[in-house]
Amino acid sequence: MERSAITEQLTEIMIDVFDLDELEYRDDLSAADVEEWDSLSNIRFMVAVEKEFGFRLSNSEIESLNNVGEMVDLIQQKLA
Amino acid sequence: MSDVLSLPWLLPALADFRARVRSLKSAETVATADIAVLAARSLDLSQLGSLGKIVEARRETLLAEGRLRPLLLGIAATHTVDLVADALPATAVRHGLLVDTVQTDYGQLAQAVLDPASSLAQAKPDFVLLALDAAALGLARPQFEAAAAHEAVQSALDYVASLRDGVRGNIGAGVVLHTLATPAESLFGSYDARVPGSVRWLIARFNQRLAEEVAGDADLVLDLASLAETVGLARWHDPLRWHDAKLPCALDAVPLYADHLCRLLAAARGLSRKCLVLDLDNTLWGGIIGDDGVDGIKLGQGSAKGEAHLAVQSLALDLRRRGIILAVCSKNEEAAALIPFREHDEMVLKEDHISVFVANWTDKATNLKAIAQTLNIGTDALVFLDDNPAERERVRQELPEVAVPEVGDEPSDYVRLLSLAGYFEAVAFNDEDRKRADMYQANAQRASALQKVGNLDEYLASLDMECTIAPFDDLGRARIAQLINKSNQFNLTTRRYTEADVAAIQADPAKFSMQVRLVDRFGDNGMISVVIFDRGTDAWHCDTWLMSCRVLGRRVEEAVLAHVANAAKAAGASHLTGEYIPTPKNVLVEKHFEKLGFEARGERDSGGTLWSLELAKYSAPALPMTIVAKSAAT
Repeated sequence: MERSAITEQLTEIMIDVFDLDELEYRDDLSAADVEEWDSLSNIRFMVAVEKEFGFRLSNSEIESLNNVGEMVDLIQQKLA
Repeated sequence: MSDVLSLPWLLPALADFRARVRSLKSAETVATADIAVLAARSLDLSQLGSLGKIVEARRETLLAEGRLRPLLLGIAATHTVDLVADALPATAVRHGLLVDTVQTDYGQLAQAVLDPASSLAQAKPDFVLLALDAAALGLARPQFEAAAAHEAVQSALDYVASLRDGVRGNIGAGVVLHTLATPAESLFGSYDARVPGSVRWLIARFNQRLAEEVAGDADLVLDLASLAETVGLARWHDPLRWHDAKLPCALDAVPLYADHLCRLLAAARGLSRKCLVLDLDNTLWGGIIGDDGVDGIKLGQGSAKGEAHLAVQSLALDLRRRGIILAVCSKNEEAAALIPFREHDEMVLKEDHISVFVANWTDKATNLKAIAQTLNIGTDALVFLDDNPAERERVRQELPEVAVPEVGDEPSDYVRLLSLAGYFEAVAFNDEDRKRADMYQANAQRASALQKVGNLDEYLASLDMECTIAPFDDLGRARIAQLINKSNQFNLTTRRYTEADVAAIQADPAKFSMQVRLVDRFGDNGMISVVIFDRGTDAWHCDTWLMSCRVLGRRVEEAVLAHVANAAKAAGASHLTGEYIPTPKNVLVEKHFEKLGFEARGERDSGGTLWSLELAKYSAPALPMTIVAKSAAT
């Protein structure tokens, strides 16, 4: 899957999950940049990603992520 | 039928959900209807959260609009219920409630409940959900000694009971308990069921004894065990989320959890639906009676379709037996529509079971309004079951307050969907419920008797009414509380009291209470009116006056006035005083006191009117009924 297609989908998910009016995607985007992004909404985010892309994320995969760009890498890897 | 976790009886979320929420965010005013149209759909956790924020931001205006019943829910949990709490405000709108939540600090459950100065107690919640998991109750690990197994269950139940008593005593709130979901894992395999002390055994025993021994009439019990089973235990439990964040269930089960909690709270507030309105062709039987004839319709044993429709009829009959009123609304010639009821051997539903039978070519929304009117209930008490999507859509547009399950075109799904939707959630089951359908039945007969007699006085006299007026007593308490919480239209002050409050009123010598029953030649109407006066030395003031609308126009209110006037006079009072507090639903009784001969005494401070009756000038009218006045039972 094209990286740009994944980032587009991921942006939509984040807008829904974090209840944002809009979001400009950046690879280095992380919880520090989004007010609504706390530990519980992070779980909602992970579950929404699992549902959208059709795979399960393990706890260690989730804990290894530092920003959205790494999430995109992980999704690409999982879908490959 | 789509997945149970997506609330398949609801239509999917509106395609422009996000845009609509965004526009509500910046809208100058937001009405309940703007939110309700979104909440009526199936929403995921994020959507519930976004819509819930609108509810929270607009709480004051929604409250002032008065269409939703406010309810503050305290949550005392041993695990993370934040996601459930976030889903509640939007879910609650679907059930007619304006819910706000207050949570205890994590791990502070016992202190919060047992200390009257805790922030939970200070918030004065209406209900407190005690959300305790098996681990916190010491039931998550097996106990292989029989004595230890029984002891574990006993001490878990004792703990729950002490917290429940704490909530009642220190906080004065109603309590919501819940059963425990069975784990998806076993230790012995099938043999678990036979080992006293296996986790499955412990939880099964706990759940059974919780419902039978611990939960009192005034407690609500959320049956999470059966909810989890309905979903499937392996889907309900998500070990990763439990280990990671102590979430009690899988994330995608939270909207269903929230819906079950809200329907229970709504039921406690008397907001459950009262009447199931059934379409006929392709709903109660397969085929079209007008085209296929009584021999051509599919109904009964021998075909999957025939059995599916039979199952729909059986469910309807079972609902009727527990007090749900049945009505028919069909586009048909009436004569044709009645033929299966009279001539088809396999019909489970008979003409007698249907309180209002409407078969004509008028638009169904109009007919539903007429059905509600005939039964003296609101259209918001109706559930409309129809296989035809066009009819469903029309009714949803015209009457958004009517519940219209999205049943699709497979009749085998209808029973499941209707049950999953939980429209008829109950918090009690008593003799009144058992008889209700018959009472409404009799009412329909009374309505036709009225048409025949024509003259109202003659009609009332022909009813052979006997009206019994008694003070509150233990036996009547559950029904008194039910009426106090359910009556919206004939209700002067709309003050809501719990069973505990009713008991306190019964015991208070400064209160004059009345429970009123009415029997007539068509049957027993049961308890139909509840009235509370405060005894003053000079004036007795009306705190509560409500009546079931099905006895409207029977002059019962005049009998009640005569009774209280008599008692007040005997006690040496000179006046009765009353007040009318307007709500969106009680305009019916705006002139209640005026009609009874009270004089206007101006406006209430916060809206409504004040009234006074000089007892010296009052004399009781002759009434077309026998009145039996009972004094306090000792």
